[in-house]
Amino acid sequence: MKKWTRRAFIGAGVLAGGTLVIGIAIRPGNRSSKVAGLIASEGETVMNIWLKIAPDNTVTAIIPHAEMGQGVHTALAMMLADEMDADWSKVTFQEAPADKEYANFTLLKGFVAGNSTFPKFIDETIDGVFLTAVKTLNFQITGGSASVRFTGQQAMRIAGAAAKSMLMQAAADTWKVPTEELIAQNSIISHPSSKRSATFAELAPAAAKVTIPIQPKLKSPEEFNLMGTSQPRFDIPAKVTGEAKFGMDVQVPGMKYATIKAAPVFGSKVKSVDTKVSSSQPGVKKILNLGDSVAVIADGYWQAKTTLDSLPIEFEATENSGLNQDEIMDRYRKAMDADLADGNLDKHFKDGDATNALEQAATLVEAEYQLPFLAHATMEPMNCTAWVHDGKCEVWCGSQNPLGVKAAAAELLEIDIDMVTVHNQLLGGGFGRRSETDVMKQAILIAKEVDYPVKLIWSREEDTQHDVYREATISRMKAGLDQSGLPIAYTHQFIFKHHPPEAADIPYSIPNQLIQYSSPATFVPWGNWRSVDHSTHGFLTESFIDELAHAAKKDPFAYRKNLTKDNSRFQRVLDLVYEKSNWGSPLPPNWGRGIAIAQSFGSIVAEVAEVEVGIDGKVKVHRVVCAVDPGFAIHPDGFIAQMESGIIYGLAAAMTGEVTIENGAVVQSNFHNYPVTRMNEAPKIETHIINSGNPPGGAGEPSTPVIAPAVTNAIFDATGIRIRQLPISKNDLRASIRPTT
Amino acid sequence: MTSLTINGKEYGVDASADMPLLWVIREQCGLTGTKFGCGIAQCGACTVHIDGQPVRSCVTPAISAEGKNITTIEGIALDKNTLHIVQQAWIEEQTPQCGYCQSGQIMSAVALLNENPSPTDEEIDAAMSGNICRCGMYSRIKSAIHRASASLQTSNTL
Repeated sequence: MKKWTRRAFIGAGVLAGGTLVIGIAIRPGNRSSKVAGLIASEGETVMNIWLKIAPDNTVTAIIPHAEMGQGVHTALAMMLADEMDADWSKVTFQEAPADKEYANFTLLKGFVAGNSTFPKFIDETIDGVFLTAVKTLNFQITGGSASVRFTGQQAMRIAGAAAKSMLMQAAADTWKVPTEELIAQNSIISHPSSKRSATFAELAPAAAKVTIPIQPKLKSPEEFNLMGTSQPRFDIPAKVTGEAKFGMDVQVPGMKYATIKAAPVFGSKVKSVDTKVSSSQPGVKKILNLGDSVAVIADGYWQAKTTLDSLPIEFEATENSGLNQDEIMDRYRKAMDADLADGNLDKHFKDGDATNALEQAATLVEAEYQLPFLAHATMEPMNCTAWVHDGKCEVWCGSQNPLGVKAAAAELLEIDIDMVTVHNQLLGGGFGRRSETDVMKQAILIAKEVDYPVKLIWSREEDTQHDVYREATISRMKAGLDQSGLPIAYTHQFIFKHHPPEAADIPYSIPNQLIQYSSPATFVPWGNWRSVDHSTHGFLTESFIDELAHAAKKDPFAYRKNLTKDNSRFQRVLDLVYEKSNWGSPLPPNWGRGIAIAQSFGSIVAEVAEVEVGIDGKVKVHRVVCAVDPGFAIHPDGFIAQMESGIIYGLAAAMTGEVTIENGAVVQSNFHNYPVTRMNEAPKIETHIINSGNPPGGAGEPSTPVIAPAVTNAIFDATGIRIRQLPISKNDLRASIRPTT
Repeated sequence: MTSLTINGKEYGVDASADMPLLWVIREQCGLTGTKFGCGIAQCGACTVHIDGQPVRSCVTPAISAEGKNITTIEGIALDKNTLHIVQQAWIEEQTPQCGYCQSGQIMSAVALLNENPSPTDEEIDAAMSGNICRCGMYSRIKSAIHRASASLQTSNTL
């Protein structure tokens, strides 16, 4: 095996079957010939696995990510088309098939090795067994706010630039003119002085024969035509007519419907169920005991659901069957105490001698925070259609991880991975939930029992009670302030560290720090929840720094500004949010203003919330001002939409989001007891972007971590009550109990 | 066999007494634009019109709609090339994100504008708060309704 090089990435080849290609491989050898069969049809030229040019001069970007409303198909196509100087009206996209040629690993490690960060979130998403089996990493994931940052920067732009360079060279060779005299514009290459021009499609065959650029030159931001503009999104028209196809909408000839009830207590098994179908159950085809769940297959969802609901099912008791939320939190506390006493804490970060410095401090501030389990509650309940036949498996679903689905199917059925086809659909919300493969595995197990395709649909109740949850946590924080109110020591003991690994870091310059964590036993399944560990640490850090500012009798904005003096990006974001929010201007009685800032997924976001707390304790968030430095916003309108979305998602969690365990099972079941933000509760959101010229940061997640602390800091400003336990609805904020100032 | 009129077309369907209209529309008539979200009339994703009134099809027995005019998201455009003014406004405001709730949002918005062609923010809140959008695109939905309302004033057709 040759060494991986950039040269090897941009390699050329000719397809079998006579189709002329300019193949650009991503690994030694020509991989384009392998993927061409999957993506190209007769007469199309595969420029590389990231783009193809049709005879009618249409450029198609091949996007290896799932569309869940973040506009990824449009933004990535823009990045490719801009570098290529393609005519945007003739650019389209195709979602890449679930194939290992499109694995993010290849992209991130093999593509420009040494020049990329390998996001930690990917490690934990890989199916370990599969990993061992094929000795390679196969995943094609949409998550970690990574699509633009990694695929866009390191595949789309380079592919577009390489293609353009090869087309230019082909024109120069054909016309015997220097490339410097050529202009590429609107999918045409022209030579003005000789008035010659040719389309990309006309030049493609000749371009196949030219020397491949080892390092195609990328545009500088001043040269961008598409990047930085808000082109209408490809996915929107079909979403207003009802034509858009989500996993839920898949229709396969001969298909039946199934629904499922898993053991309410995680890890429990079915003790008894009668799987005989009776004549009083019209339309019911089969009742299946899957060990940890019971499924009913019927002609329609309704027959399946009503039959399932009427079945007497007994589940086995487990050691967790009597466990309640308070006991879970109590166990966490005891584990934290024990780990601290025994010196068993894992170190996250240490600088100086925080323990000693705390003793020297003029003022000591201590706080314990508690956060709840959270469900994802995507609009589209979990579902998957599967058909197992003739040694093959076909899966239709909306997945953030279609290759993971493919791997899971192959492993489950013990068949070769090439016998599995995944048809990825639009996602009715992902937020991390759709990076899991649990529902797909269930659908495959059900479909394996019959000879027709089956669409498995989870009820909303099943979706709420068998999610993978953002962890419930407890955090203990301490800081010592000197005479002037500046922090000289900071300690934080938290529980559960998932990723990103830096989430518990603080952006503030505090000389002595000790950040440690425990990993107590838990039986509640964990999953990626929008912004992952930043969703907890954003709240913890930004609540506690606010407490320090107030203990120091300093303005919370000025305090943050003072402690981030060395970070020019933070300074600019803070200044912008200060200005746009009219920080310090008077507010009506019972109103408050709160600020929070955090960096996550490469973007820095500050938010100021304006909140009214009624005398009855009811909280109304009126306005949120968001200032963000994402380095460069490729699609500004889409970026703003993502900021708004992340704020509303985080606000729903902050206000009322709480999953509780009773007798080992999730209590909440649907939107009536797991309420989310509705239009009448949504604040006015104003987003302001700083294009700082830094590498593009993420969009999908970074606005989420800061909204909860911005709101609770505002509540403190309004009422003098510090919220240390979420959701906010658990706190009594009535005027009668507020401290008098 | 029950006969339903959906978007002006007759469908013969097989619905038990309690079967919600939602599942008949989606599974038997193949009109998948109407979405399942919660099953208990909490989220609005399944909103359709019966004789012009918005209803949550997930809790409306199909047989109760017999003899009435049912309209789904697939039935509001004037024709294949002419979108409804509300759909057009939705595109102009680039409203949807994941899009799953949007059929229901649009059906609720159309019903609102039929009743009240120039709603205030508060009236929009009141009419639309039964429709959840987990992507949080409420401000765009509101802007799109105002835009549709403005188009209505000039075109005078809904």
